[in-house]
Amino acid sequence: MEQTELSRPRNSALPLFLTFSRITLSGFGGLTFWTRYVLVERERWLTQREFLDLLVLAQLLPGPNALNLTVMVGYRFGRWTGAAAAVAGFLTCPCLVVIGLGVLYEHYGALPQFQRALTGMSIVAAGLLLSFVIKLATVLPRRLLPWLFGALAFVGVGVLRWPLPWVVAALAPWAVAIAWKEQS
Amino acid sequence: MDRVDLGGWFLHLLILWFVAIGGPATILPDVQRYVVEVHHLVTNKEFAELYTLAQVAPGPNAMYVTLIGWHVAGLPGVAATTLPLLVPASTLTLLVGHLNERYPNAPLGRAIRRGLAPITIGLMFASATILMRAVNHDWRGYLMTLLTVTVVLLKRWNPLWLLAGGALAGIFGLV
Repeated sequence: MEQTELSRPRNSALPLFLTFSRITLSGFGGLTFWTRYVLVERERWLTQREFLDLLVLAQLLPGPNALNLTVMVGYRFGRWTGAAAAVAGFLTCPCLVVIGLGVLYEHYGALPQFQRALTGMSIVAAGLLLSFVIKLATVLPRRLLPWLFGALAFVGVGVLRWPLPWVVAALAPWAVAIAWKEQS
Repeated sequence: MDRVDLGGWFLHLLILWFVAIGGPATILPDVQRYVVEVHHLVTNKEFAELYTLAQVAPGPNAMYVTLIGWHVAGLPGVAATTLPLLVPASTLTLLVGHLNERYPNAPLGRAIRRGLAPITIGLMFASATILMRAVNHDWRGYLMTLLTVTVVLLKRWNPLWLLAGGALAGIFGLV
């Protein structure tokens, strides 16, 4: 899977600020997709496995997942200042963009061309998300149990539409207990 | 429109973010109840439009709350709606991040990460299919989604080009 060597950022604050500004500004349709694309494929700061480890923790914690991921990547490469720089990069531009959108929304409402372009972009964004999941799934071990847990989570939330906290609360203890038993 | 109690809104969001495990989608119903039904800050139609706008804009999806804050109360609204988002991240996440770096091979941490990875992937697959069903109205939409997946898995193109292609296809009425 890892075809090239990793290049870890050496000097922390500025590269972290700039990289997360870039991630957040490309972030149409799901920021975790772009975080993986930039950190794993372009900058090669993290391997697939390391990214997945951090993502799991980020999803487990309350708050926006992509923001939690940003804090943890920032902390890994630059401790407290790194985390602060990454978060500043992550939020500054979106705040300005959102204010700009608010102004546009008040003046122009919804043009038909604009709406149709949005539709086209959302369709591509759905495809990007799907390919992101497929790529991440390649690092799962080729055994029955992990895939069974993945399938159950998908069916519970995606097909039966049960509330996500319930599904996670029902599956997570078993998944962690089994992983715990396997490694000891 | 009621007068805006920014302090109350700030506290409400602060509590919501601390229980929002699973991201912004989980708190959406409660945000809608607060701003539309209880406090009449925006209409239901405005809420949906502002939400969609923030979803397709760059930046975290959670920023739809910021957009509503700006729409309702200008810059103070932006501050009151955005700062609560940072509080769980700058306390709990930093703590967990710190423990994870300090003890990367702690058995419990490893068991949690390895055990939950498949569940995380299953949940994201669910999000992808829900998004697909929401945006694809007929076979042409599904075809374009499939095409996107194929291109991303085979080529290392910058995905922004694909999004631009999607926007053009939309404007010319192909999807």
